[in-house]
Amino acid sequence: MLDLHRCLNSLKGSVDWAQLRLVSEKTTWRTVRDEKPYLNDISFDHGLMVEVLVNGHFGYAGTSDLTEDGIKRAFSHATTMARSASAFKVHDFSLAQRPTAKGKYNSPVTRPIDSLSAKEISDIFIDSTRAMKISDKIVSRVASAMIIETEFFAISTSGSDVHQKFSIVSTDFNTTASDNGDIQMRSDNGGLARCHQVGAEIFDRASILERSKKIAEESLELLAADNCPSETLDLLIAPDQMTLQVHESIGHPLEYDRILGDERNYAGWSFVKPTDFGNLQYGSKLMNVTFDPTVPDAMASYAFDDAGMPATKEYLIKDGLLVRGLGSLESQARLSLPGVANSRSASWNRAPIDRMANINLEPGTSKLEDMISSVERGVFMLANKSWSIDDYRNKFQFGCEYAKLIENGKITKTLKNPNYRGTTVKFWNSLKAVSANRETFGSPFCGKGEPNQVIRVGHTTPYCLFSNMEVFGA
Amino acid sequence: MKFTERSKISFNAVAEHLFAQLTAGEELNINLNAEESVFVRFNNNKVRQNTQVEQRVLSLLLQKSSRTANISFSITGNVTEDLKRADQWLAQARKECDLLPEDPHQVPMVNNGTSDSSVTGKLLSYEEMFEAITAPAKGSDMAGLYAAGPKITATRNSKGQNHWFSNESFAMDYSLYMGEKAVKGIYAGTVWDQNAYAAALSQSKNQLSLMDRPKKTLQPGAYRAYLAPGATAELSSMFSWGALSYNSYKKGSSALQKLADKEKSFSKLFSLRENFGIGLAPRFNSSGEVAPETLDLISEGQMKNFLTSSRTAKEFNVAGNFAQDGEYPRAMEIMPGTLKKEDILKELGTGLYLSNLHYLNWSDRPTARITGMTRYACFWVENGEIVAPIADMRFDESLYDCLGENLLAVTDFQEIDPNVDTYSSRGFGGKKLPGLLIKDFKFTL
Repeated sequence: MLDLHRCLNSLKGSVDWAQLRLVSEKTTWRTVRDEKPYLNDISFDHGLMVEVLVNGHFGYAGTSDLTEDGIKRAFSHATTMARSASAFKVHDFSLAQRPTAKGKYNSPVTRPIDSLSAKEISDIFIDSTRAMKISDKIVSRVASAMIIETEFFAISTSGSDVHQKFSIVSTDFNTTASDNGDIQMRSDNGGLARCHQVGAEIFDRASILERSKKIAEESLELLAADNCPSETLDLLIAPDQMTLQVHESIGHPLEYDRILGDERNYAGWSFVKPTDFGNLQYGSKLMNVTFDPTVPDAMASYAFDDAGMPATKEYLIKDGLLVRGLGSLESQARLSLPGVANSRSASWNRAPIDRMANINLEPGTSKLEDMISSVERGVFMLANKSWSIDDYRNKFQFGCEYAKLIENGKITKTLKNPNYRGTTVKFWNSLKAVSANRETFGSPFCGKGEPNQVIRVGHTTPYCLFSNMEVFGA
Repeated sequence: MKFTERSKISFNAVAEHLFAQLTAGEELNINLNAEESVFVRFNNNKVRQNTQVEQRVLSLLLQKSSRTANISFSITGNVTEDLKRADQWLAQARKECDLLPEDPHQVPMVNNGTSDSSVTGKLLSYEEMFEAITAPAKGSDMAGLYAAGPKITATRNSKGQNHWFSNESFAMDYSLYMGEKAVKGIYAGTVWDQNAYAAALSQSKNQLSLMDRPKKTLQPGAYRAYLAPGATAELSSMFSWGALSYNSYKKGSSALQKLADKEKSFSKLFSLRENFGIGLAPRFNSSGEVAPETLDLISEGQMKNFLTSSRTAKEFNVAGNFAQDGEYPRAMEIMPGTLKKEDILKELGTGLYLSNLHYLNWSDRPTARITGMTRYACFWVENGEIVAPIADMRFDESLYDCLGENLLAVTDFQEIDPNVDTYSSRGFGGKKLPGLLIKDFKFTL
């Protein structure tokens, strides 16, 4: 085991501050297709990021060479580059952006992941894809899991000492059905949307088999369903699609690094301006949105971000009014606005940037059945299938796997190929009912940053009803 | 010792060591992916972040008793330490094989030959890079990423194959801004030429000056449109989402199902192929199989070949063409046509000149319908004259329309679109693409 403290003591001296961030991450993919093994893949990523502050500029060097020479070389690279770059720095940073952090975090786990063998997972997945085999029209049956075990240590010359340990599982069960030139796919709440900090208890055989059968039945149901109509009407959205809606049209536009323009050359800018905080009515009064890395089993919960800021729940939108953005201590200093603990890196080989963690829509007071009853004519959409939004996070178009038509307060039939489009602020201001019950989903694959980084995000959301939405089919 | 040389020594030592450990009935494929990269992120022509990354990842594919285990792990470049790690993970791979069911689609390993391609470049030093990059952009609001350094992909197996592909390269991927109006540029290669970089920036500045007029907001509808090679690059990226994969075709998720089944066709003007002659990606895949230098995928609007990996070939009992697992194009070329650069605006007449597109996704796979946004330098053109930049528009369009009967012309020139992806590591490869003139391109929002 690498002695980080000894390493740090041997390095300090020629910089204003230094931090070592050691990350070990084991990612295991288990995929079965049509009752046969399709993918069994283990990757173990292990490396160290050296971060230094020189002349008001942070510099980074990451290495997988954890020998003494390798770490000294990384420190030298970080220092040399930071010194050269400091004459061109975007902002004069200080230790105020790197508070001293001490503490531990462990994912809530009932049964450790390694209590379940490769064979046991494989057997459950073989049975899952067998349970999906209910018709010759089903041409693909897939059961898949991505299991991530991460250990993170960070120590700094200012006394930080953080140890965080994560156990994360994302699962995906899906079928593809085909008939007469039509193809319909149905999954378990969207591709890998079921993702949590959890242990082996997530591989509940009975629940998986029940869901597998339902997925297969619904993919066949879609083949026989009518196409989603093209008209403007009420739109009821389930939490497994609200996850994507919150992510794309709230999370990303509120990231301070986008607002500051850091991200312009890649993912894009934001329609939100610094002056909008405290002033912009982002949505209806029913809209309350939080940044909450403290939800116990959600995908992106942690105790400290990579800059050492303690993770706390903060309101981003209160009664529809935009009150706070997603900005790390660095972005907060650049914008003179309050932010959150969201300085996050994908791994040891990337510098932290402003990211989402768990971005949640707070519950309302409505019951789902009452929301359906209130609709004269509308569509109820579930599970994301397609997503696209502009580089300012304004004009979006999203598609779902499955939908129901609502007529005169009742669900009347299944619809296939449901899509909707709109613009962000107008959309959220058309929110007219929010359910009291919520569900938690997320994504293991939020891409952003230069160099590119994939980060894990969680979203807990209720069912939401919107008026006058443009929906359409294939 | 330089990074590439040191990595090669370590890789070969580990490979020989592991091959010597194998017992009867075991075969092993080993891949190395490594880089020593510098990443500098710019905003407003200043340095936002700079990161240096040295990483090496070794991947083992062990076949034993008809089972398959895949294991990847970080190594250091220090032979003694790497041998220890390799022993540990080979043991883990054996354990996996003992636990997993038989793999019916396992492809027996063979010796796929030997190759060695190494390109030495001339890159900016840490001391000079910040001045060299920002000085020609002085006075401009530039955002972007400079990524540079040696990168390696290599494969060996216990049957004797040995392929190595490495280069020292750079990419300066940037945007220039005038308020919310922007243009995009990429300067990439293996030898940094300060004058060439300054010339690229100068061209971008000239393009940006064309944006210095009020934006025109268009109503949704169908418009005649010219997709410049940068926009074609975004559109063509959708071919990597399973569209050209034989496995996806068989499993119902290829968007080109109707093209393959001859229910639909593209225009005779449209041809697409793999062309490793572009020279940016290795011909060998992670199994060491060497793909043909060129492979026609779509010829004159008709599907000619899917990309088919050996594993897929075994699963469906068809001939493979040594595609990478995942069956996406690695060296895509869309063939040129006859439209000359000087005739583009004249032939466009009145419509949209689109330099770039953004955030594309299938909106309906069976009909090959794609939605996405316009981005960067996109203009309204009237009677062959650029009139105004446009406010960004959302399109929703089927490939069977825009590459079908609505495809009017393809330019007689192509441009290289280098792969500048940096997810987990810097990518290899790039595409060679022309511009496309299309009628009735459908905008929705």
